[in-house]
Amino acid sequence: MENNFDTQGYLDMELLRFTTAGSVDDGKSTLIGRLLYDSKSIFEDQVQQVEQSSKKKGLEHVDLSLFTDGLKDEREQGITIDVAYRYFATPKRKFIIADTPGHVQYTRNMVTGASTANLALILVDARNGVIEQTKRHTFIASLLQIPHIFVCINKMDLVDYSQLAYDKVVKEYTDFAAKLSVKDVRFVPMSALHGDNVVSRGDKMSWYEGGTLLHNLETVHISSDHNLRDCRFPVQTVIRPHSDQYHDFRGYAGRVAGGIFKKGDSVVALPSGLESRIDAIHTMTGELEEAFPPQSVTITLEHDIDISRGDVLVRSENRPEGQQDLDVMLCWLNAKPPRPRAKYVIKHTTAEARAMITDIQYKMDINTLHRIQGDKAIKMNDIARVKLRSTKPLFADYYTVNRVTGSIILVDEATNETVAAGMVR
Amino acid sequence: MSDYSLTHLEELEAEAIYIIREVFAQFDNPAILFSGGKDSIVVAHLARKAFWPAKIPFPLVHIDTGHNFPETMEFRDNLIKEMGANLIVGSVQQSIDEGAVIEETGMNASRNALQTTTLLDTIEFNNFDACMGGARRDEEKARAKERFFSHRDDFGQWDPKNQRPELWNLFNGKKRMGEHFRVFPISNWTEMDVWQYILQENIAIPELYFAKERNVIWRNGSWLPVSEFITLKDTDEPQIKMVRFRTLGDITITGGQESDANTLEKIIQEVASSRQTERGNREDDKRSESSMEDRKRQGYF
Repeated sequence: MENNFDTQGYLDMELLRFTTAGSVDDGKSTLIGRLLYDSKSIFEDQVQQVEQSSKKKGLEHVDLSLFTDGLKDEREQGITIDVAYRYFATPKRKFIIADTPGHVQYTRNMVTGASTANLALILVDARNGVIEQTKRHTFIASLLQIPHIFVCINKMDLVDYSQLAYDKVVKEYTDFAAKLSVKDVRFVPMSALHGDNVVSRGDKMSWYEGGTLLHNLETVHISSDHNLRDCRFPVQTVIRPHSDQYHDFRGYAGRVAGGIFKKGDSVVALPSGLESRIDAIHTMTGELEEAFPPQSVTITLEHDIDISRGDVLVRSENRPEGQQDLDVMLCWLNAKPPRPRAKYVIKHTTAEARAMITDIQYKMDINTLHRIQGDKAIKMNDIARVKLRSTKPLFADYYTVNRVTGSIILVDEATNETVAAGMVR
Repeated sequence: MSDYSLTHLEELEAEAIYIIREVFAQFDNPAILFSGGKDSIVVAHLARKAFWPAKIPFPLVHIDTGHNFPETMEFRDNLIKEMGANLIVGSVQQSIDEGAVIEETGMNASRNALQTTTLLDTIEFNNFDACMGGARRDEEKARAKERFFSHRDDFGQWDPKNQRPELWNLFNGKKRMGEHFRVFPISNWTEMDVWQYILQENIAIPELYFAKERNVIWRNGSWLPVSEFITLKDTDEPQIKMVRFRTLGDITITGGQESDANTLEKIIQEVASSRQTERGNREDDKRSESSMEDRKRQGYF
């Protein structure tokens, strides 16, 4: 790391959240280790620890995958059991990696990691090309509406850095991905083990004209990933200071989920339908003229109308419809399958109700993308198109339009566990 | 950058404020675990921003090992006064006196591990159902797998294999009687983010973080402050060094490093060029490869 650290530059950086998916032997941990190591995000004491462990395992080189090594069970079994978060920064951007394991049974972790990501790295072994797991990972990334997918064609060293091998994988992938709605797909041929095209180019693939993986991560355009069109402000809580200075202050605290709210805008509170105007947008460091996603602010209105947690402020000419029957793509996350006719707590933004699965239309075969009709038995890691009936109207948007207001989770009241994640269609 | 994008610090701040407000909305009796270290100071600052112009609606809970830097105590009391917040102290000394825990003895004795019992007792005694802390995922590998809303059973234990999936920004704080949550609003922050934020927001921190001449001994690769709580060996040579502390824990286990960083800007330069992890000087983490994981499973911070 350079000695003269650019403080101002650091303050101006954007944040990119990405998820990584690959099967057990695709070299995913090695790739992440390589990104961290080559971008100098690993400290000396960590390097020493990994050097020691590598030696203990009888390896000649430093096993980069050990940098992402987690809990005891994982170290003993050499597997990843859960989503782990990693952090690194370059002078251009700050990155959060949601590192998710790729085994068959861990769809739920991948969905979890993907839910907050702007970008997905999908690893493909250059020798094997597009396999079932690649398809599954891509499908989940597209289902979760991750705007950018980078396909890392890894282990190029094992195919003699051949352009032919690379082109073959690109074609296979492109043919497959055409069936899905993915906006931005890029391909990078690399060897995570030797470092080619991860952080530095190396000299083995002069035929490749694109940038390194890191260069792509640093430059991909992400600021339009939020919905700036449809104003949605789910109220988290009401702030009433009860102090002399702010005696009549009644502020609605929340995080903008969509659109741009301006001082003076006329707004409607749902579900009541009562109208008012934005009096001010408050933060502790001063009032704002406007607020946009994903800012956390406090809004005061001109009229004293009754608003509480779970309500949403919107513009009068752009209102989501309150729906009690929701069409949802559901990912089941729990080992116990749904109980017939059971009611679950449904959480949607800050609103909460109870809901029942009233119909299972089809399950997805996530390897072939075929619809499985007639199989109504939902199990852990299944993805199914279902109908939910909620005890009260929820003001949801399509997930494809807004990932915040289009997503729900189901909580089992008997165990309090989060059992399913859903995307509104 | 377009007009409608946030810098990464603004985005992290917005996320943390959102989470703190969720805690307020979803729990009956939440608290902030306050150590006097920079991370918990930042959490307290964020809580203030989350509810402004109202006061922060949570008490601050300090688990007092009795082995504190005097500066940290003074800082704590001033901050509490300034924020108009409630302070609740859980005393490790009291746990020892009551026989709930047995104090370690010997050269490297520490009360670090004893804190868990006092912490869990304090949570139970006060009926806290959510305790917010300043832990960050970049600190340590067991922390990297931690959720924002981390569920604890009625023994306060963490089960890393059985965590609730956390999707989008939908947080599930539902629990049975007797269970509680630990919540980590700055999970996604790195050490550098915390320092940059302290600089940007002009947040007061204890002067121990700044380099100053201090009376120290060299032990296990770092400068340990000489205090009444530390047993000196014949070979120990106390000396005056320009030292600062990168993390603040118990005075018996927090090693300082030689440094001339006496301003926030200089600290940031130093952190940026540092080749050692922040917790590298913490004796509590050096005990074994999985010492943090083991302590966390039992209910540690």
